[in-house]
Amino acid sequence: MTMAIPLLTVLVFFPVVGALALLLLRSDDHVWIRRLALAVGIGEFGISLRLLTSFDSQASGYQLEELHNWISQPLIHYHLGIDGISLFLVLLTTLLTPISILASWNSIGERVKGFFVCLLVLEAGVIGVFVSLDLFLFFLFWEVMLIPMYFLIGIWGHERRIYAALKFILYTMFGSILMLVGILWLFNTTGTFDLPVIQTLLQSGRVSFTPTVEMLLFGAFFLAFAIKVPLFPFHTWLPDAHTEAPTAGSIMLAGVLLKMGTYGMLRFCLPLFPAAARRLAPEIAVLAIIGIIYGALVAMVQTDLKRLVAYTSVSHLGFVVLGIFAMSAMSVQGALYQMLNHGISTGALFLLVGMLYDRRHTHEMTEFGGLATPMPVFAAFFLFVSLSSLGLPMLNGFVGEFLILNGTFTQHAMWATFGAIGVIFSSVYLLWAYQKTFYGGVTVEKNRALPDASSREKSLLWVLAAIILFMGVASPVFTSRTENSVRQVLEQMKPAEKAQPINAHAGDPSHTTLTTERAR
Amino acid sequence: MRIAPEIVLCAFGIIIMVAAPFAEHSYTEHKGRKVLDALAVIGTLGALAAIWFPAHNNGAAFSNVLITDGFSVFVHAIVGVVVLLVILAAPSYLDRERLPHGEFLALVLFSATGMGVLAGAQELITAFVGLEVSSISSYILASYRRDNPRSNEAAMKYFLLGSFATAFFLYGIALVFGSTGTTFLPLIDAAATARSTMLTLGFALLFVGLAFKVAAAPFQLWTPDVYEGAPAPVTALLSTGPKAAAFALFLRILASVNAANHIWFWAIWISAILTMTFGNLTAAVQSNVKRMLAYSSVAHAGYILVAFAAGNILGVAAALFYLAAYALMKVGAFTTLAWLGGTGEQNMEIDDFAGLAHKRPIAAACFSLFLLSLLGMPVTAGFLAKFYVFDAALHGRLIWLTVILALNTIVGAYYYLRVIVAMYMREPKREFPSERIPFGVAAVLTLASAGIIYLGILPSRVMDFAIRAAQHLR
Repeated sequence: MTMAIPLLTVLVFFPVVGALALLLLRSDDHVWIRRLALAVGIGEFGISLRLLTSFDSQASGYQLEELHNWISQPLIHYHLGIDGISLFLVLLTTLLTPISILASWNSIGERVKGFFVCLLVLEAGVIGVFVSLDLFLFFLFWEVMLIPMYFLIGIWGHERRIYAALKFILYTMFGSILMLVGILWLFNTTGTFDLPVIQTLLQSGRVSFTPTVEMLLFGAFFLAFAIKVPLFPFHTWLPDAHTEAPTAGSIMLAGVLLKMGTYGMLRFCLPLFPAAARRLAPEIAVLAIIGIIYGALVAMVQTDLKRLVAYTSVSHLGFVVLGIFAMSAMSVQGALYQMLNHGISTGALFLLVGMLYDRRHTHEMTEFGGLATPMPVFAAFFLFVSLSSLGLPMLNGFVGEFLILNGTFTQHAMWATFGAIGVIFSSVYLLWAYQKTFYGGVTVEKNRALPDASSREKSLLWVLAAIILFMGVASPVFTSRTENSVRQVLEQMKPAEKAQPINAHAGDPSHTTLTTERAR
Repeated sequence: MRIAPEIVLCAFGIIIMVAAPFAEHSYTEHKGRKVLDALAVIGTLGALAAIWFPAHNNGAAFSNVLITDGFSVFVHAIVGVVVLLVILAAPSYLDRERLPHGEFLALVLFSATGMGVLAGAQELITAFVGLEVSSISSYILASYRRDNPRSNEAAMKYFLLGSFATAFFLYGIALVFGSTGTTFLPLIDAAATARSTMLTLGFALLFVGLAFKVAAAPFQLWTPDVYEGAPAPVTALLSTGPKAAAFALFLRILASVNAANHIWFWAIWISAILTMTFGNLTAAVQSNVKRMLAYSSVAHAGYILVAFAAGNILGVAAALFYLAAYALMKVGAFTTLAWLGGTGEQNMEIDDFAGLAHKRPIAAACFSLFLLSLLGMPVTAGFLAKFYVFDAALHGRLIWLTVILALNTIVGAYYYLRVIVAMYMREPKREFPSERIPFGVAAVLTLASAGIIYLGILPSRVMDFAIRAAQHLR
């Protein structure tokens, strides 16, 4: 089906075009560089809103598909498509990019052009990952986005940036190169790189794996994603990368890049290798739970505010992995929702920490204390975002965590019990950190003169706060669109004889819904 | 006209050699040198154009000792492009080091002739002639900086070890002839008596000689010293051209002579692993960029050997594609080194590249592109080259080899990224030359970068050509 405008291709390559345009500007024309970058970012977000209007939440399968032949030997297609799972992840990316650009307005002083070029290329790469339906193309975008992130951390980061950047890239590449072996093995068995075709072949039983092979393939893909998420014990690159990255880098890293890992689990590991996924789910859930609790405990003892927020990522994404591998419709919906939540809340947290850094050039909590006195508006926003992160009802975090825990409880009560402990811990470390930083009297004299949030900062924070509230009270706006795709993923995990082939009844949505209802 | 490229190269080589004393009778004579450079470029372009003839006239040539098929045309094209890039980049280097142009250019052209003969040889003595012509030119080129002890040491090592290897090769030919009565590759199978020890020994010696030339373990120890000591443009030539030609002969023997190949799978398998691992681990501890690139050449030879071990048409095609991509990357990298290294090649440490991105952003960007391609980052030719090798290996069910290849890529990432880190993320430690980039160097950087990105995004044409070439071989 050809569209008048290939929306997905535009979304992927518009930032690249913007980056090339940026290259043409003079290197010292910082004003126009920033303006052009912001214009590209906001324009991209506007284009992505078109996705919302073009998306049909009743249809199953991929939408807005674009399929072209690319390489003839081996047969690789340029295949893009979007469904409920990737829809909001793309929107998250396009939202966080202009926010990152605005966040770095004054804090990046040198090599400004290169910074925004890297940021835009990063955005293009990440969107490409979310919309690729061809395994080769997916891998290409996956690897490509490593380089701008590497530069972002290594050039514009803080003191230990080179170490952090190198650790980040080598660790991630290690996982992804094994995934490449897995992709090629899959290609050798099925004869194609095209994801929908592979799914059909596996579902119909025309191609099947021995349990060992399926386990190995699952492992190859899962390792790459587990490193990205990061899942305990592959998380050691995260605190360093997050802490040493510049603010925009941290926002993009935490907000979007980590979701690539969980997206991959949902898109590849579950539907393609269901038996292995089911077999290994208990072990993975244990790792997730350890991540939740361990991440929370380590966050509690941090004195560096940014490192604390980094560890919250480990903890929160443990919830997401738990939700995915509990494999109930509710928990997977919750996991998807929590991915979006984490992007917004942790993105906002890093934004706030970055604003503090802009003022005092430190992240140490001992250097702060009683900041609510000179910066009341800022303190209010920080509290709001912390409450969202710890899961206060009416805010977005609650919806996600509740869905995950409820969905997990129906399948595995023990897992949910342990996971719930993590919720308690997150309140501890977040509120404790908030108290140490903001409440009480001003302990360090120079903090008295700190300026409150500027209008630029306030506008960013209002946007994020509004989204947090909206996602907390109006979640059906999102879940109604993701529901079908989540159900489809779980359907594909069922053995071939029981489930109806999803795409066989194309063009007859009522028939499909009916049969999937019956098959439950 | 099937040997048109060789004729053109030889002719121009001779013309330059004869004209050199007239053109360069004093160092202040700029015009004469420029004429020689121009002649060399025209000669190479002519040779590249002359590939049209054998490409459309497949068949045996020169009393059947040479064969022009798709395979030899592909390798001729690689050699032609490499020589063109080297000849474009060399003059500025030679001017800076105050070295004569004429002999250099003539030797490069003669070396190219030898490589071309190697690529098309279907008779072993002709292969030997090609090997010798290209090797002897290389020995002299390696010692071109006569006053530099490193250069002399490099050439001495290369010459001695190379001569030994060629002697092995010759002895191997003798044994093959003794056991089959022929040195024509297509006829060996028919004349071979089953399981003849002398034939096996003959091929073993042949492979030792060729393994030396391609720097496969355990015959790779000469590579770092020679590549480091030779002048950088010569290293650019050495690391790509003779390797491609020798690999071509290797492939041809393995593919067309059944008596040779069924025993050698394990030897190639072990050699591939040793070569990759040795190359990568030793490169990781280098602080001299030139030496690091030399060791990485060894590693890449190992990757190509993996494609050999796959033993199918895809493997041969992957090896060809890898050679093409690798040639572009290495020539680009060594050319950048030649230019930035400074007079006497003094500034080759990683620290000497610190902060380069600040002062010369385009050069740093090009060099980063070459390094990223060597690493195997998508969108560059290096990624697709590795990808095809992976694909071929998995087709041939070589799972372990593939995993080892993947792990080696990570080690490679570490040391290539170190240079990028220095260029972009460190403060400059020295003053960089501020003159304009010489035209030849700029041309090479542009062509190599464009080629790498083209092969990285639209490899179909070249890969289809490689596959057809591989099918011709059977």
